[in-house]
Amino acid sequence: MANTGTEHTVKAFDSDINELRGMVAEIGGRSEQAIAKAMRALEKHDLVLAAEVVAEDKLIDDLEKRIDDLTFQTIALRAPMADDLRELIATFKISGVVERIGDYAKNIAKRVPVIASTHKLGPASLLPSMSNIASQLVRDALEAFARRDADLALEVSERDQIVDDFYTSIFRAVITYMIENPKDIGEAAHLLFIAKNLERIGDHATNVAEMVYFAAKGEPMPERDRGDNPTDLLEEPTNGR
Amino acid sequence: MTEVIDSTRSSESPNMTISTAPAISPGDGPLKMSTRNVNVFYGEKQAISDVSIDVTMDNVTAFIGPSGCGKSTFLRCLNRMNDTIPIARVTGDITLEGEDIYAPQMDVVQLRARVGMVFQKPNPFPKSIYDNIAYGPRIHGLATGKDELDNIVETSLQRAGLWGEVQDRLHDSGTALSGGQQQRLCIARAIAVDPEVILMDEPCSALDPIATAKIEELIHELRGKYAIVIVTHNMQQAARVSQRTAFFHLGTLVEYGVTSDIFTNPTQEKTRDYITGRYG
Amino acid sequence: MNSTTAIEKDRNPTDWQGDVMQKRIRRRYASERRFKYLGLGAIILSAGFLAFLLIVMVGNGFRGFTQTELPVDIDFPAMTGGASASQFEGVNGQANLRTLGVKDIVNTSVEIQYGEDGRELFSSGAWQGVSAAILANPKIVETKTIIYMPANSEIDVAYKGDGTAEAEKKVAELGDQLSTAFNWNFLYNSDATDPMQVGIWGALKGSLITMFITLIIAFPIGVLSALYLEEYAPTNRLTDLIEVSINNLAAVPSIIFGLLGLAVFLNLFGMPRSAALVGGLTLALMTMPVIVISGRNAVKAVPPSIREAALGIGASQMQVVFHHVLPLALPGILTGTIIGMARALGETAPLLMIGMRAFIATPPSGIAEPATVLPVQIFLWSDEVNRGFVEKTSAAIIVLLLFLLTMNALAIYLRNRFETRW
Repeated sequence: MANTGTEHTVKAFDSDINELRGMVAEIGGRSEQAIAKAMRALEKHDLVLAAEVVAEDKLIDDLEKRIDDLTFQTIALRAPMADDLRELIATFKISGVVERIGDYAKNIAKRVPVIASTHKLGPASLLPSMSNIASQLVRDALEAFARRDADLALEVSERDQIVDDFYTSIFRAVITYMIENPKDIGEAAHLLFIAKNLERIGDHATNVAEMVYFAAKGEPMPERDRGDNPTDLLEEPTNGR
Repeated sequence: MTEVIDSTRSSESPNMTISTAPAISPGDGPLKMSTRNVNVFYGEKQAISDVSIDVTMDNVTAFIGPSGCGKSTFLRCLNRMNDTIPIARVTGDITLEGEDIYAPQMDVVQLRARVGMVFQKPNPFPKSIYDNIAYGPRIHGLATGKDELDNIVETSLQRAGLWGEVQDRLHDSGTALSGGQQQRLCIARAIAVDPEVILMDEPCSALDPIATAKIEELIHELRGKYAIVIVTHNMQQAARVSQRTAFFHLGTLVEYGVTSDIFTNPTQEKTRDYITGRYG
Repeated sequence: MNSTTAIEKDRNPTDWQGDVMQKRIRRRYASERRFKYLGLGAIILSAGFLAFLLIVMVGNGFRGFTQTELPVDIDFPAMTGGASASQFEGVNGQANLRTLGVKDIVNTSVEIQYGEDGRELFSSGAWQGVSAAILANPKIVETKTIIYMPANSEIDVAYKGDGTAEAEKKVAELGDQLSTAFNWNFLYNSDATDPMQVGIWGALKGSLITMFITLIIAFPIGVLSALYLEEYAPTNRLTDLIEVSINNLAAVPSIIFGLLGLAVFLNLFGMPRSAALVGGLTLALMTMPVIVISGRNAVKAVPPSIREAALGIGASQMQVVFHHVLPLALPGILTGTIIGMARALGETAPLLMIGMRAFIATPPSGIAEPATVLPVQIFLWSDEVNRGFVEKTSAAIIVLLLFLLTMNALAIYLRNRFETRW
């Protein structure tokens, strides 16, 4: 049931909810930015930028704590019911999830110094595209939260399939590369982790979308069709790409 | 710019009938009272429109809604207290254990013993505590001797959670008790005539939080022994105390369902507006 | 809903300490003081009137309770020829007394002592006091006794300082022999022609009987009517009409009720004139509206929560009324009843209309016997020429006031007893 936009009789309740929404938008924006910066740092091997991402993660953590406190307080003082309650519970969970997305971005930035020259690594070329899509997922999930848009949330959940497929491809490519270039295994392993982080970011975006759907509709999102299980892939060796 | 809620406007979907046969899902317990298409008129003015609700044995049913929505009026239909108002007119079917309570052969005095009522402001008789409880059994001839009467008084006070506090001063005046105790006395008085249904009309609105909590705990204990219907304007209380909730608005039944569903995910917009505090 | 977008002009801060405010405060205090003194003045004035009334009444009436007496030597053995005390004891005493001829004995003794005109000095029925004394103490018949007998009215009045010149002379003559004693007979006797012999008992008994009849008729009818009108009557034009009628009845002048009593009870039903029964019925008609009105107010004052509580546990309408409403309304009903009865007690006009103005020399023995009531008695005595009646009238007024006070005290007692605290 869409929000008609009617205000609460107690105006302070509305101002609390608006403040929380603002903070969720902010933490989302920061996490998105962190992903973009970390990937740029990776492409350009920009150590300064990478260090920035790591430092700014602290802001994301603080913001998450502030969101938790305000949510906690609003639940205690306003005794919210129905959709207000669902929104607050969703806010609570989403802030945790988005904070973890920030952590993944930080993790990617931490690996930048270790990866010397990415242009040598073929499979790495897919990473920027993958990160764009994952980033877009995060942005759309938060947009769905702001608009209480259950349909957009559903769509986000389905588009995560693309990120998963990207991961499957990169996984195969990097494993093949590792077999062919044993001396670069170290760096290749980091690339795998970066790819995994991006895939996890995509999953977390889906978590956010599920919360948004529940807050809007009052029932959990229907299960989507999961794609190939990456663990099935290792049985067939690739034919060299 | 937000829209003004015009409470005189009728529901946005006037043709939507809510649960003409309200849900009796498995595990609801035996049906105690049933109402179908009840309308109440005060002279020309219609106070209740086409309400159908079931009251079951094992569930506490709560009626919520803004002031003047008719929840008290509807409650008073269930034990024919509206008969005392000359201009009130009730149509529709209301049955207790399958018997029509408005049938000519139903004795209204006996009905009110079977369907007891507790009121908003505690109203013990200006008699002793013992006589307050014993009055009902006496006039209905429920006790054959003083011992039996003593027994009834003790059991009722125990069930109401008051025995410990008054057992050694049964002959003190009932009006000397505190507000919360008086209300429990009124509940004990209703229990003493061995009712099947207990109707409570905002029983805690005149009480402090501790007394309220005691009454709510008492309701919890009485559940299952009596079918309980409680009218309350305190939504949190309805949420705490009941298993079934009915939301009234301007004399119509807007939504009726399981309490946890109503308060986490109501189906009707009016219900949602009311319980989230967006009403008016 | 828009929040207040209108810009409120800031009000000038109120100067609570300024001169304007101070003047207002002073004026307010002054007017409150004035009001208080006005109230006090009103109370003092009312109390003053009341005190004046009481002082005048008691002052005048007290003397009505006393009588002037002269001693008479009676030599019983000589007069009676040796009668013995035992003759006058027991059941035969009165009969024997009659044959004794006490009147003659007394007259003879008086003549001996005071001369030929001696008998005139005493009131006409004075010898009856001697009979009573003999019955009270038969032993005196065997001895020479001095008995004090009441003097006649003129001497009595003169002794009390208000008499004619002639009487004053007589008083001066008699000098020390005159004494004052409490007139117990005033309380035992009924009406008489001689002021020294009158008593209020006849009228008092008549009042009591009449009040009793009034009460047993007006109270049940009034209370039941009040209960019906409040609890059972449907709200329609007819009920309104009844209500208005009863309210108007309470304001009808009492003499109209007298006319009604005359027309209905005496002429139509042919009841005995001047009987306490008729008086009681007439006064009941008058008192009933008062009881109905106060009864209705008392019943209205019982809060609906009690009624609802009783109905809620399955009490029938009658049980609600008799177990709950009536006990709580009783103090109010009783107050109203006593007010009505007190008014009825003092009514003269209607009773005059039905004939309770006759000269009744003996107290009524039943409800159908001719009787009179205290206010009528007072009225009749105040009409008398004989000066001796002046103080008797005031004395009767005192008795009436005492009666009223007793009734009020009873009312207050009953009301306090029935008042339930809650």
